[in-house]
Amino acid sequence: MKKISFLLNGEARSIYVEPNETLLELLRDRMGTKSPKCGCDSGDCGACTVMLNGCTVRSCLVFAIEADRQEITTLEGISKNGLSPLQKIFLEHNVFQCGYCAPGMILSATELVTKNPHPTVHQIQEAIAGNLCRCTGYTPVIEAILEFTKQEQ
Amino acid sequence: MAIPYEFGYEKPGSLDHAIRLLGEHGKNARLLAGGTDLANQMKQGYRVPQLLIDIKGIHELKEIRMAGKELHIGALATFFDLRSSSLIMEKANILYEAAGLVASTGVRNRATMVGNICSAVACMDSATPLLVHDACVHTRSVNGEKSYPIGDWFIENRKTAIQDDEIVTHISIPLPEKKYAGAYQKMMRYSGEDLSQANVSVLVLSEKHFRVAFGSVGPIPKRSPEVEELLNSEGLSEKTIEKAKVIIETVIAPITDVRATKEYRMHMTKVMFERALTTALDRYRKPRIIAH
Repeated sequence: MKKISFLLNGEARSIYVEPNETLLELLRDRMGTKSPKCGCDSGDCGACTVMLNGCTVRSCLVFAIEADRQEITTLEGISKNGLSPLQKIFLEHNVFQCGYCAPGMILSATELVTKNPHPTVHQIQEAIAGNLCRCTGYTPVIEAILEFTKQEQ
Repeated sequence: MAIPYEFGYEKPGSLDHAIRLLGEHGKNARLLAGGTDLANQMKQGYRVPQLLIDIKGIHELKEIRMAGKELHIGALATFFDLRSSSLIMEKANILYEAAGLVASTGVRNRATMVGNICSAVACMDSATPLLVHDACVHTRSVNGEKSYPIGDWFIENRKTAIQDDEIVTHISIPLPEKKYAGAYQKMMRYSGEDLSQANVSVLVLSEKHFRVAFGSVGPIPKRSPEVEELLNSEGLSEKTIEKAKVIIETVIAPITDVRATKEYRMHMTKVMFERALTTALDRYRKPRIIAH
């Protein structure tokens, strides 16, 4: 067991972890952060996406111990003070049905518009290519992100 | 899923410390950078290291820089770093192109190019660009420094020439003195996140000097001296391209698996070879045009 300390959604947290725990398990099972989901458990589906120091990563492929002295943001952090403007537009566009991919999709979209406020359709497609949706499809996601970037102008 | 067994974890702050740890633990230890391959391999039981040595605390390994006439890419440079580097975009355009096609944003933010060639899975994206650039892999161990020409690096699928006590510090790419241009072609089942079914890199050094490498169509990615010799002796024409395609049939050995049949891989490798060749030549003739 090793004690790690990190910022989780802006709050300083400390917890003992085993080297063989993944960040996904730590967040979901021991820290009450339920937005990252376990889908494929091998880095393909994007359901477990969280931000590590502002960049999206697959929390199923990150060892919990690697979070020591880093900054982790999950969907709970994005909507800490109510829905983000991007989430509101997602809602208006009926982007999700089952919602399993939603946390990862929203984080990937948030990273995109933060790093590139005026993405092309191709760049949007590239940004969400690693977030698999098996019900609504991608068109409403792309439309919502496009509308968000227009409103931001 | 937790990794189904226990192991230790160390995060050395210096290269010397990492090398000492690796010297002590040898094959029982595994170096951890992005972990996107390693975590999966450990979940699957393909690798069961007793100690993980996390090298992300060794900041000098993250550098992408010019060293004289060589481009150096540190072991911790991620595919995202490669895509964000104007040096890579300008000096190693093939690598820039290939880096953008690796998995997805969330993986590229984490996965390193050196990790890619150390895992050495036959379908990796980084190998053929490095092969046509005559890159060198540099390692350190308690016994000193070593370098491997990239052509000697890959031994078989998932096996490289690296020794248990060695750590890759960086890759060096000697940059040609005169103008050059390259192109990378990758075939996937769909655009977006997928492993390559086949990939081809072409580097044009002059109208009569070409380098060609094929990936994911054999146990290891490799250059083809036969194809290169033909192009370099006869120059580029429709006739040469057709002759080259016949040679390709004898130099690559694709297999049938879940992602494609060997026949399809064979056919498409020839198509992609021609596309990569013409794209690279276009870029060579109009050097200001950079992909993406």
